[in-house]
Amino acid sequence: MTALVQRYGGALTGIIIALTAFWLLAMVILPNLILLEFSFRPYIPVDQMGGPNDHYTLANYATFFTSPIHLQIFGLTVFYSSVVTLICLVLAYPLAYFLAKVSTPRNAGTWFLLLLIPLWVSEVLRSFAWSIILAYQGPLNAALHGLGLIDKGIRWRTGFNGVLIGLVYTYVLFMVFPIYNAIQSLDTNQIEAAQDLGAPLWRIHWRVVIPHAKPGIGSGCIMVFMLSAGSILVPSILGSTTSRWFTEIIQQWFFESVDWNTGSAYAFLLLVLCTVFVSLMMRMLNVRLVDIAR
Amino acid sequence: MRPFSLGRLIITAYMVLFIVYLLAPLVVMGGAAVNNSRFPSIYPWVGLTGRWFGELWSDQQMWRALLNTVLVAVAVVVLSVPIGTAAALLINSVQSRMRSTLYGLMVAPILTPGAVIGISTILFWNKLSVPAGLHLSVLGQSSFISAYAMLLVLARLQSLDASLEEAALDLGASHAQVMRRIVVPHLYPAFGAAAVIAFFQSVENFNVTLFTGGNSSTLTVYVFSQVRAGITPKINALALIMVLITVVGVILYEVKRRQSERRLKVEQEDTLEDDVIEGLGLPQLTSPA
Amino acid sequence: MSEDVQLSHVCVDFGAFRAVDDVDLTIRAGEFFSFLGPSGCGKTTILRMISGFIEPTSGEIKIGGQNMRGIGPNKRPTALIFQNLALFPLMTVWENIAFGLEVRGVSKDKRKARAEELLRVVDLVGSGDKRISQLSGGQKQRVAIARALAVEPKVMLLDEPLSALDLKLRQHMRSELRAIQKRTDVTFVYITHDQGEALAMSDRVAVMSAGVLQQVGTPADIYNQPANGFVASFVGENNRVPGKVVGLENGMARFHTPAGLFLARLGPGIQVGSTAKLYVRPENARLTDAVEGDNNVPLRISEVAFEGSFINIHGHDAGGHAHIVQMRNDRDASVPAVGDQRGLTFSPEHAVVLADAGARP
Repeated sequence: MTALVQRYGGALTGIIIALTAFWLLAMVILPNLILLEFSFRPYIPVDQMGGPNDHYTLANYATFFTSPIHLQIFGLTVFYSSVVTLICLVLAYPLAYFLAKVSTPRNAGTWFLLLLIPLWVSEVLRSFAWSIILAYQGPLNAALHGLGLIDKGIRWRTGFNGVLIGLVYTYVLFMVFPIYNAIQSLDTNQIEAAQDLGAPLWRIHWRVVIPHAKPGIGSGCIMVFMLSAGSILVPSILGSTTSRWFTEIIQQWFFESVDWNTGSAYAFLLLVLCTVFVSLMMRMLNVRLVDIAR
Repeated sequence: MRPFSLGRLIITAYMVLFIVYLLAPLVVMGGAAVNNSRFPSIYPWVGLTGRWFGELWSDQQMWRALLNTVLVAVAVVVLSVPIGTAAALLINSVQSRMRSTLYGLMVAPILTPGAVIGISTILFWNKLSVPAGLHLSVLGQSSFISAYAMLLVLARLQSLDASLEEAALDLGASHAQVMRRIVVPHLYPAFGAAAVIAFFQSVENFNVTLFTGGNSSTLTVYVFSQVRAGITPKINALALIMVLITVVGVILYEVKRRQSERRLKVEQEDTLEDDVIEGLGLPQLTSPA
Repeated sequence: MSEDVQLSHVCVDFGAFRAVDDVDLTIRAGEFFSFLGPSGCGKTTILRMISGFIEPTSGEIKIGGQNMRGIGPNKRPTALIFQNLALFPLMTVWENIAFGLEVRGVSKDKRKARAEELLRVVDLVGSGDKRISQLSGGQKQRVAIARALAVEPKVMLLDEPLSALDLKLRQHMRSELRAIQKRTDVTFVYITHDQGEALAMSDRVAVMSAGVLQQVGTPADIYNQPANGFVASFVGENNRVPGKVVGLENGMARFHTPAGLFLARLGPGIQVGSTAKLYVRPENARLTDAVEGDNNVPLRISEVAFEGSFINIHGHDAGGHAHIVQMRNDRDASVPAVGDQRGLTFSPEHAVVLADAGARP
């Protein structure tokens, strides 16, 4: 703090601290504490608030842990988010390597611009686009049929298929960029040295490139998992009758049951899930917070 | 140039395929905007039409949503760029232990699902008797967009040689003068980048807005309700317009980049190159948290 | 125009580490004064303390008799030239030079006129509208000097500003700095680890080690009359022979070592019975064919290095310690061959017995 005053003087330091404090307190810490507090309060009519029934309770969490359906949806959300993360990793790694080490920096710039176009188009529209493509009477089936690859249309949007396709498409770029950043910082001489020593391609990647890219892989996985598990748009637009996503349950509590307390408990569980995943990744892949979202 | 190799060919082909995979859905969506079919699709192709644009044009709801979106986005920029700058200045000057705690707190909103941010925001302000509405969307969105602004400004700040600030002080400048003449001019590119990112993050945001917006809707919320409820290609018309704006923007950017690259060669100034590369790196931060 | 800088018993602690330990000296008005020492010796801390970026933990600093405690760097009559020069990259040359005037509210016309004047002083007329990135290393150097002069400082502080330049330019800038100092009559406080710079430019030099002032004196004093072993070895080259003072003879020390008995001057603080080292500079040492007797270190020649105007003869004594003898490159000099046995000898007044660096001399 003294360093700050020495550097920017008293008045500016005051403004700097006030703005940061407003952000961290009023927009980050306190709202999350309130969320936590809310999740431990009973869902009761307004006139009973402050009355004898208004005491802390675990009932909202009990609702979740005693509901096999909700537990299952939670489990499936975790499972399919992990699957999405894995698919994105497999798709993104060669791209990141290509951009960082194969193409020239000048061309990489152009490739990046092309990659970025979909990012500027909103998530809701991208999901919508896939709902058009995957329709039973849609262009994908028509094209496959026209090519003589299929006799009759395929129902693409069964189970979690639609959601998986949509999530991968929407979030794969969040895997490409961190891995690209990580690989880019690898000295090309190391790759060439490994080649020179006669290492086969897979071994160069396994022993040289991937270990170096670990923090990037970690932060990519964190972003993709968090975004997938927390996605509302993709599951509601591309889901099927049998695919339910945990965020949809949270929405239900808020907008259909108007039970904000139980909704808060469920939202808090989602937060816990993401926090657990983040710390797991940070530990497993040696990611530091500084590496994330660079 | 490196010699031809099969591996290079395969990986380049993969890159091209991937770009096709990324762009094809946008083409399909755009195509459906000009197909004279009641359903949004390019198949079967019925015929070229502009009527969906007309319908979009006369949709009052859309215009209101658009206006709301712009208002919210501008407010988010106005709020999150100063906050992010203050936070970056702070974190840049504090010492190690406190620094990592603060840094963790500051990037946490990026790693928090949007639904959680939206819900906690509305609960907190409801407690203070502030009703739901676009103002809460602004606060909710800014909570994580400020983190992006902080990261962008911090990256730029770290490239500011601390001895420049000291030199200015030593020459007699007051702290405010150092800020105005040395620090702020150095941060200008980061301000620009942060403002652009903040604006588009806000425009794209759905999760936070859904929970905080109350009865008002922004463009994404409006599109979502349209997509869920009715099947009308006017949304495709909207999408096509957005894609075209993006593509034009991208082309302009690329032209500018090539120009500055050429200028770069002439001037042999390495500082410009940093700006170009930094500019390219920016969009990687966009996340619809 | 210029002012004294007085450091009274100044100490600086960074946590448990004492960076500057009881430094007490006065830099006189109009003097070119250098702090010389290896990196980490505390010289930069002293400079930053005088300029106001660090406050002393104890002791006080006075400039022109005025106590500087609590006065920020922007309020002190000093101007600092940074090691990396710290020119503002987003401003033009003249804006850089006039920055100190700008923040004092001087009007643009006057600022520009003064900048032009200073550009003339540092021989950069016509470069005012250039960008910093368009300047060469030496030109940047001059802009930094002009920028510092613009605020008419009483004391100019320079933090190794020549270290980034190549050898030729460095030597040229040495004399230029010296000339500017004499012309402007501003007190210059110069920080360097390069003894050549310190000796060539300064009126007086302070040698520092581990936060402690080892010796303050004119360049000739420092070189010819080092106060202790640290100064003797850090400034210039010296051959060392460890031993013990066993008696006095005509004011000279009788110094007993494994290689025999030596006669040398008595350094400050050395008494009969002191364990110390004998120092003799390579250019004051001679080689003889005799390999025993007083004032004689028997050597086995290990290397003969031809340096142009002189020849450095390297050899090892019986204990394996390295020694150097410098010979003039005379036509008739008898240069030994590698492997030869010779004796290193010298006249007693050219050698001195010194204690190692004192923690507090």
